[in-house]
Amino acid sequence: MAGTHAAPEIRTQPMNTPFPFSAIVGQTQMKLAMILTAVDPGLGGVLVFGDRGTGKSTAVRALAALLPPITVVSGCPVNSATPEQCPDWANIASDKLVERPTPVVDLPLGVTEDRVTGALDIERALTAGEKSFEPGLLARANRGYLYIDEVNLLEDHIVDLLLDVAQSGVNTVEREGLSIRHPARFVLVGSGNPEEGELRPQLLDRFGLSVEVRSPDTIKERVEVIRRRNAFETDHDSFMAHWRGEDAMLRDRIVAAREALPDTSTSEDALTNCARVSLALGTDGLRGELTLLRAARALAAFQGQPAVTRAHLREVAPLAMSHRLRRDPLDEAGSATRVARVLEETLE
Amino acid sequence: MTREVRNWDMALRALAALSVAPNALRGMILRARAGPVRQRFEEALTLLPLPVRRIHPSIDDTQLFGGLNVAASLSAGHMVRDRGIADTPAALILPMAERTNARLAARLAQMLDADTGHVMLLLDEGVEPDENAPASLANRLAFHCDLGDLRLAEAPSHALDGALLEEARKRYADVTFSSTCIADLVTAAACFGIDDARAPLFALCCARALAALDNAKSVGPDHLHDAAALIYPCRATRIPENMPEPPKDEANPEKTDETTAAGDDLADIPDTLLIEAVAVHLPADLLAGQERKRASGSRDAGAGAGQRRLGNRRGRPLPFRPGRHGGTARIDVVATLRTAAPWQVLRRKHRPTGARLIIFPSDIRVRRFEERSDRLIVFAVDASGSAAMSRMAEAKGAVELLLAQAYVKRDRVALVAFRGTCAEVLLPPTRSLVQAKKRLSALPGGGGTPLASALQYSLEIASQGKRAGFSPNLAILTDGRANIPLNGRTGRSEALTDAKAMARQWALSGFPAVVIDTSARPGPQGRDLANWLAGQYLSMPRADAECLGSATDAALSG
Repeated sequence: MAGTHAAPEIRTQPMNTPFPFSAIVGQTQMKLAMILTAVDPGLGGVLVFGDRGTGKSTAVRALAALLPPITVVSGCPVNSATPEQCPDWANIASDKLVERPTPVVDLPLGVTEDRVTGALDIERALTAGEKSFEPGLLARANRGYLYIDEVNLLEDHIVDLLLDVAQSGVNTVEREGLSIRHPARFVLVGSGNPEEGELRPQLLDRFGLSVEVRSPDTIKERVEVIRRRNAFETDHDSFMAHWRGEDAMLRDRIVAAREALPDTSTSEDALTNCARVSLALGTDGLRGELTLLRAARALAAFQGQPAVTRAHLREVAPLAMSHRLRRDPLDEAGSATRVARVLEETLE
Repeated sequence: MTREVRNWDMALRALAALSVAPNALRGMILRARAGPVRQRFEEALTLLPLPVRRIHPSIDDTQLFGGLNVAASLSAGHMVRDRGIADTPAALILPMAERTNARLAARLAQMLDADTGHVMLLLDEGVEPDENAPASLANRLAFHCDLGDLRLAEAPSHALDGALLEEARKRYADVTFSSTCIADLVTAAACFGIDDARAPLFALCCARALAALDNAKSVGPDHLHDAAALIYPCRATRIPENMPEPPKDEANPEKTDETTAAGDDLADIPDTLLIEAVAVHLPADLLAGQERKRASGSRDAGAGAGQRRLGNRRGRPLPFRPGRHGGTARIDVVATLRTAAPWQVLRRKHRPTGARLIIFPSDIRVRRFEERSDRLIVFAVDASGSAAMSRMAEAKGAVELLLAQAYVKRDRVALVAFRGTCAEVLLPPTRSLVQAKKRLSALPGGGGTPLASALQYSLEIASQGKRAGFSPNLAILTDGRANIPLNGRTGRSEALTDAKAMARQWALSGFPAVVIDTSARPGPQGRDLANWLAGQYLSMPRADAECLGSATDAALSG
C-alpha cells in the first residue's frame, strides 16, 4: 500500500546526517561537558537536563560525527583494539585492523534486558542447534558512547543493570547456560526533562558531569538557531561543507588534548582546592572531588595548558558538582547558584 | 464567524499545510470529542501523502517497532520478524491521546526525532482543561487545533483537491523567503513567551507550505501571518506587552508583572501585524491555564506518573517480566509458553524421551500489575480563637462523612488540630470511623493560630504515609491568619515567615493540597497560603459539614 505514495521523495535532507556539533548556537556549558568527556572518557558521562527544544538530543547525536575514529579488529563485536583483546566466544579469526567512527549507541526506552546485555543467539539455536552468544547494546557501546534519551523514564531494572556495568566496565552474562564476560567501557550520556520525573540519586552520582540547558534568552541567538537549522535542512551540502571544517578543527584539538592529558600536572594546591570545594558543598563520598579534578585536568589539556589552575577548577565545578548536592528544601536557590556561592567563598 | 467555525477553517488549513510538508511539520493535535465532526475531519486525512494507520495508547513495542513472530518462526524453522509500524512511513492516528503514558510518548517522540517520515495525529479527547496529550509529544508536532463544540452543520466538508496538493508538494522545496522572515517569527515567538526553538521553525516551514499552496514563489507577509496564527497561539504562555486590545482583558494585573519579568530584549516589536494575527487566536483561558499549570507545580510533571505502585496482585496489567515460580507473583502462562516455544526443537534433541513440552525455569514469565495507591487525607483544622467554634463542628462532620465513604473510596484520614502554642495530632491516619468519633468529640478551641506548626505536623504525617504507600493530600481549614511561629512564642511577622517556609516545603514534596478558607470575610491570607502550598483555594464561609466533605473530596481528586 505504501507503493503508491511518494513519501520518501519529499525528504530534503539525507537520513541520519547529524547536525554539526560546532554549528550548535550557544549552550557553551553543554558543549564543554561533552568535549571534556571526549578528552577524558574516564570522566564518567554527561547528564543533560533541560527544557524542551533546547537541542539536547541534537548535541548528543552531533558528538558522534565529531569524535575521532577508533581502530578496531575487523568483525569484533566489542570493538577490541588488538586481536589479543578479542573475547574467545566471538571466534574472531582475522587480525585485520580497521578504522571505525566512535560508536554512539542509542538505548531506547522500553528496551529489554536481552538487548542490553546480550543473550543466546536464538536464530543459531533454532536453525543450527548451536549455543552461541549474541552480543547486546553494551558490547556495541564498548570504547564509545551509550546514549539514553529520557533517561529519567528508563525502567528501574535496566537502570540497575547499567549502573553495575558502568561501574565495573565489564558486562557479565550468566543466563540460559551461558557464562560470558566482555569489556563494556563506555561513556554514559543521558538526557531528559526534569519535569517528567526525577533520577534516583544513585544514578545521578554515576554521571561525572551534569548540565542544565535553557533556551537562549536573546532574540539574536534564537534567530541564529533557526537560521542554521533551516540552512541545514534546505541548503544541506554547502552548510555541511562549511561546518565540517569547523568540526575538524575541534576534533584536532580534542586529539591533541588526549595526548597532552597524561602530562598535565596537578599541583598540591589544586588538590587542596578540590577537597575544600567538595567539603564546603557537603557532597557525599569522594566521587565529587575526583571528578572535579579529572574534569579540570581535561580542561587544562584542552586549552593547551601544562597545569591545572584555579580558573579551570572554577569553570568545571558547576558541571562536576551541581548534581551531587543534597536537596535543601528551605534553600530557594538552584544548585548551580549554590555551587557558585561556595566557589566564591572557597577559591578566593 | 464564531470562534469554533474559525477553528474548523484553521484546522483544514493546517491539514493542507501538513500534507504539503509532512516531514517538516510532523503532525497535529486535534482536540475534539469523538463524533461526526471529528469523523469528517478524519475523512479529510486521506489527503496526506502517506498511508493512514491507527494505533492506540496501550500499543506495545512489538507492534510499534517490530519483533519476533513466534508462530511463523516455529513453522518456518528460522527467525521470522514482524515489521513494526515504525519501519514504514505512515500517518499514525492516536485516539485518546490524553491517556498516553510518558513511556509511549517518549518512544513516539524518539521515532519522530529519528526522521522516519511519520506524521502523527493525536486525537485528544480530554474534557477537563488539564487533561492533555503529553507535552513531550505535543511539542514535536506543529499544529494544535481545538474543534470544541462545533456542530456538524458548521463544519462543511473540505474543498481541498488532492492533485493541487500534490503540485504544491513539488513546489515546496523551491519556495524562498527573505531573511527578515526568520527574525520576525523569532521575535513574535519571544513576545508570546514561547521558548521552544521548534515553534519558529515550524512556523517558517508552515509559511513556506502555505506559499506553495498559493502558488507563490516566495513567502509573503500573509503566509507568515497565517503560519504564525496556526502555530503560536496554543504555545503562547503570555500576552505580549503594548497589545492594543487583549482578547480577554479581565486579568491585566497579573499580566503586567509577568511581562516585565521577561526582560528588555523583547521591548521592540517590529511587526505588530504579525503579533496581532496571533493574538486574535489566543485561547480565551490562556492566563487561567498558565495559572493552573503553575499551581499544580511539579505534579502535572509526571503526566500522571505520580502516585502509582507496582504490584503483582491487582490493578492494571503491565508487560510481563522474567520471574520465578513459587514466589508471590502470578505466572503469565501464555507469555511463558511463548518464551519456551522456540526452544522445543532444540531441547527435545537433548532429551528425546522427556515430556512433550519442556519448560525451563528461565522461561517463566510473571505478571505485573500497576495499582493506584490509597489516598491519605490529612485534615488540618484551625481551632484557634480567630476561627469560630462552629467551624470545628463542621470540620468534624466533614471528617466523619469522608470516613464513612472511606471504605468505598479507599481513603484514610488523619486530623491535626492547631490552637494555642502548638499543633496536635488528634487522629493518626485511620480508616476507623468509631475511633475517629471518639477522638473528635473532645476537641477544645480557642487561643492563637500556630499555622507553621500545623503544617509541620501535617507534612510529617504525609511523609510517613508516603513511605507506607499512600498518596497523601492535605485539606487545611483556616483563615490563614498565623500568629504563632514554630518556637511557640508570639510574633505575627515571624509566624508568617515560618508558615511560608513550611508551606513551601509542603509544595516541594509535591503532595496536593487544598485550603478551605473558613472566615466569614475572607482576606488575602488564605489565598496566599494556597499559593505557597501550590494548592487550591476554596472560600466557604457558610458551608455545612456535607458541603465541606464533598468539596474537599472533589478538590483533591481533581
